[in-house]
Amino acid sequence: MKREIWKGSEAIAEAAIRAGCRGFFGYPITPQNEIPEYMSHKMAEAGGVFVQAESEVSAINMVYGAAGAGVRCMTSSSSPGVSLKQEGISYMAGAKLPAVIVNVMRGGPGLGSIQPSQADYYQATRGGGNGDYRTPVLAPANLQEAVDLVQEAFDIADQYRTPVMILADGLIGQMMEPIVWHDIPKRDLPPKTWAANGRGDRDHNNFINSLLIDAPACERHNQELLETYHYIEEHEVRWEELMTEDAEIVITAYGTPARIAITAAENLRKKGIKAGVFRPITLWPFPFKRLKEIASQDSVKVLLDVEMSTGQMLDDVNLAVAERKPVKFYGRYGGVIPTVSEIEAAAEAACGEVK
Amino acid sequence: MKHEVILSGFGGQGVMSIGKNLVEAGVEEDLQVSWVPSYGPEMRGGTANCTVIISDERIGSPLVEHPSEIVVMNRAALAKFGPQVQPGGTIFINSSIVPDTVDRSDVQVHYVPCDDIARELGNSKVSNMVMLGAYVAATKVLQVKTIENMIHEMFTGKKAKLVPLNMDALQRGIACVER
Repeated sequence: MKREIWKGSEAIAEAAIRAGCRGFFGYPITPQNEIPEYMSHKMAEAGGVFVQAESEVSAINMVYGAAGAGVRCMTSSSSPGVSLKQEGISYMAGAKLPAVIVNVMRGGPGLGSIQPSQADYYQATRGGGNGDYRTPVLAPANLQEAVDLVQEAFDIADQYRTPVMILADGLIGQMMEPIVWHDIPKRDLPPKTWAANGRGDRDHNNFINSLLIDAPACERHNQELLETYHYIEEHEVRWEELMTEDAEIVITAYGTPARIAITAAENLRKKGIKAGVFRPITLWPFPFKRLKEIASQDSVKVLLDVEMSTGQMLDDVNLAVAERKPVKFYGRYGGVIPTVSEIEAAAEAACGEVK
Repeated sequence: MKHEVILSGFGGQGVMSIGKNLVEAGVEEDLQVSWVPSYGPEMRGGTANCTVIISDERIGSPLVEHPSEIVVMNRAALAKFGPQVQPGGTIFINSSIVPDTVDRSDVQVHYVPCDDIARELGNSKVSNMVMLGAYVAATKVLQVKTIENMIHEMFTGKKAKLVPLNMDALQRGIACVER
């Protein structure tokens, strides 16, 4: 099939339309403006709805409404804008509404910078809004994976009736790479019999609601959600590993830093250091089990976590490794991207410390 | 085979387009490619640069510390990226705008008067196409024929009249390095 050059943000938007997304609600913010820009003309052609809302809060509540009516819909933003959407995401988790939220992360906190960052890992994986909920989080490291994961995100959302987040860094949004528009196996999804889309022939009204004022009822609701989250933890974990079979040092990284780590690992191997890379693709559910196995390998002496943050995924890496082996950290943040030679140096230092 | 090139100049000089042309042509030739812009709050007149990788293997880091080539469209670009070029690498300088010479003996340098040639051809906008010709001819990373086909695809309908101009610009760039 033909490879085409696409810009990350536009590819994500096109992938959403191809996945059947027919409602986009957003508000502009760098570095993801190409997503709403693309949607503003292509969504109408696809017979869907595009609205530039008056704010991020408004946009996520439009997503709530459209999702409640059974429409495949999404919003996209960047870090400060995604903070504003957290209330809506919590309500959607509570009301069991499927939708996709794209966060093309930039430096923070607050307005921060407009350059690539990964400082929203906690917010994405720990639930940025209130209440006991989880959000499946998919983190692409290249554009082919980004477009493939968009289709998956909509399917996961519909299968489990949950908001799903695509967590990309600014570089994924801004770069260009070749992609192939191949058919991704679509899931056998249940019909949306719960949607509030007009009573029609039903003998009852459907309600979309997250208010359960009676505590025992609210607890039962939380138990149901928890069972879904446990099922997702069992069935939706994804990761990639490279050169880990005989690795003495395993670099853990996701998104763009994982690509930089792969080049660093290749260079380290040329210098005689057996380096491998473990790249989580789902950040929640995190691939705890597999990383634990890798950390238990005799060959592995040390792990090095690399992020464009001060160390957030590091917590999950530490939970998985559970002090079986030392875990070192190298981070650049605020919009600064780690270089290949910096990661190599950090890996060499880590190996030196454990010898 | 792996070419890692940083292209840099003023916004509006077509630096980003040269990069886009390279990756589009790379895909046509079944190579792995990536294009990363340095993006900031700047608009026209600010600094614009992008990093392009063309390889026959999977591309890991899309960013480069020590490029195999740089394309220099203004003075600031040479000062910033000149020292970073790999030993044995190549520097392409738009000598119409950059009066400086390179004082490194471990790199090859091509001085290409892009803007002068573009003006001779009657359209200053094609200076980037002159540079693209020089880059492709000197590195041989892509076939000239692929670029020519791309020019035909880029300018169709009302813009088809721009094809001969761009073809001339490409050829003049090629001639600069094949002299």
